[in-house]
Amino acid sequence: MKAFTYERAASIEAATKAAEANPEAKFIAGGTNILDLMKLEIETPTHLIDVNGLGLDKIEPTPEGGVRIGALVRNTDLAADERIRRDYGLLSRALVAGASGQLRNKATTAGNLLQRTRCPYFYDTNQPCNKRQPGSGCSAIGGITRQHAVVGTSESCIATHPSDMAIAMRTLDAVIETVNADGVRRSIPIADFHRLPGDTPERDTVLEKGEFVTAAMLPPPIGGKHIYRKVRDRASYAFALVSVGAVIQSDGTGRVAVGGIAHKPWRMETADAELPKGARAASSVLLSDARPTDQNRFKVALVERTLSAVIAEAKG
Amino acid sequence: MTRTTKVSLIVNGKGHSLEVDNRTTLLDLLREHLHLTGTKKGCDHGQCGACTVMVDGRRINSCLTLAVMHEHNEITTIEGLGEPGNLHPMQAAFVKHDGFQCGYCTPGQICSAVAVLEEIKSNIPSHVTGDLTAQAEATPGELRERMSGNICRCGAYSNIIDAVAEVSGRKA
Repeated sequence: MKAFTYERAASIEAATKAAEANPEAKFIAGGTNILDLMKLEIETPTHLIDVNGLGLDKIEPTPEGGVRIGALVRNTDLAADERIRRDYGLLSRALVAGASGQLRNKATTAGNLLQRTRCPYFYDTNQPCNKRQPGSGCSAIGGITRQHAVVGTSESCIATHPSDMAIAMRTLDAVIETVNADGVRRSIPIADFHRLPGDTPERDTVLEKGEFVTAAMLPPPIGGKHIYRKVRDRASYAFALVSVGAVIQSDGTGRVAVGGIAHKPWRMETADAELPKGARAASSVLLSDARPTDQNRFKVALVERTLSAVIAEAKG
Repeated sequence: MTRTTKVSLIVNGKGHSLEVDNRTTLLDLLREHLHLTGTKKGCDHGQCGACTVMVDGRRINSCLTLAVMHEHNEITTIEGLGEPGNLHPMQAAFVKHDGFQCGYCTPGQICSAVAVLEEIKSNIPSHVTGDLTAQAEATPGELRERMSGNICRCGAYSNIIDAVAEVSGRKA
């Protein structure tokens, strides 16, 4: 690990100002992803701003009837929250489908959204990777691609976003709140928060340098059956090959977002509209622009089958 | 600013104040500075669980957190749970059920298991919890899922579950 200086931020303002002052600074909260990456020297910040002392660990009702989840709420606490379990069960289910008990005790809401891809070529510093080293090339394209994206890919990157939680938040239309060093606040719909790789895969999200996530807002509950189904190579503690997060109403209408297939949570409102017709209709919209490799073509069929299982479970 | 920071923390009930390189993980602080070598370094990347300790009562991977981030925290390691002649019930159950072979993952398994039973009591849900609005139970399926962050290369899993189930008051 490269040496770095360290400070415990006393306020959000101090944290954002410190980040603005040093382009090589990073925020650290749970640390479970960034420290892993720092040990491998994939991330090499010269300064860490510890934001754990800033509060931001509350789950509060909003005047609109939704909830506001502080950026530093731990994944365990969010999954265990009574209102989340009752009204946003999909979010609880997605959280406990991810990582391990130990990691969920540390990992935060904002950190989960901001975690980096687990593409093995991103992790292998001996190989080119446009996300790790812009312009160096993509080793995944033409490489071993079983885990990689099948939609929204580019010539520069075919990595996936690894978060389970973000799939639930995309289904639930969460809005991410941020603030920058000038005190300017933004409310970013989660649909616009994560990016497709395009020719700048080094940018996972639309956050600007020094911009700080303060909370995730959930709109009022929408009822329905909340289901998160994750398909992976072992029964627990593994990233998704494909995951489906859905809220299905009793009349068969609903919403669906898919994980493990793209650089961001994959949802299309035009696919939601097809849900009453069944899994084949909805998944064919979701994957109409799919460009799988020979090694990950199975994901196209797996999305339809997983969604089919979700719809069957919703009908109970 | 410097590349070292002062940190004060409580480990197994005893206060420690020291200045460490910012890069020092909590795991390395325990092993290299405090010489509490019961906590093991396996993968050092949060994948194996050998380094599991409890911080303010919650289990975490001590390899994936910086020591300097634990100002005033209370850390419990395997040494703080019990000792020869005065074993923690979970330690005694691991011995009774032969819940290990080489023993390298065992301190992490035991710290994790103690915390798992507390998590179930606190009604924290897991991936296999059926009804999110009901009280969680220490079924064998729940224990297996909740222990999945602790890898055992010797494959002592079934005996580990027997040990944890016994301490939980249920038969596996």
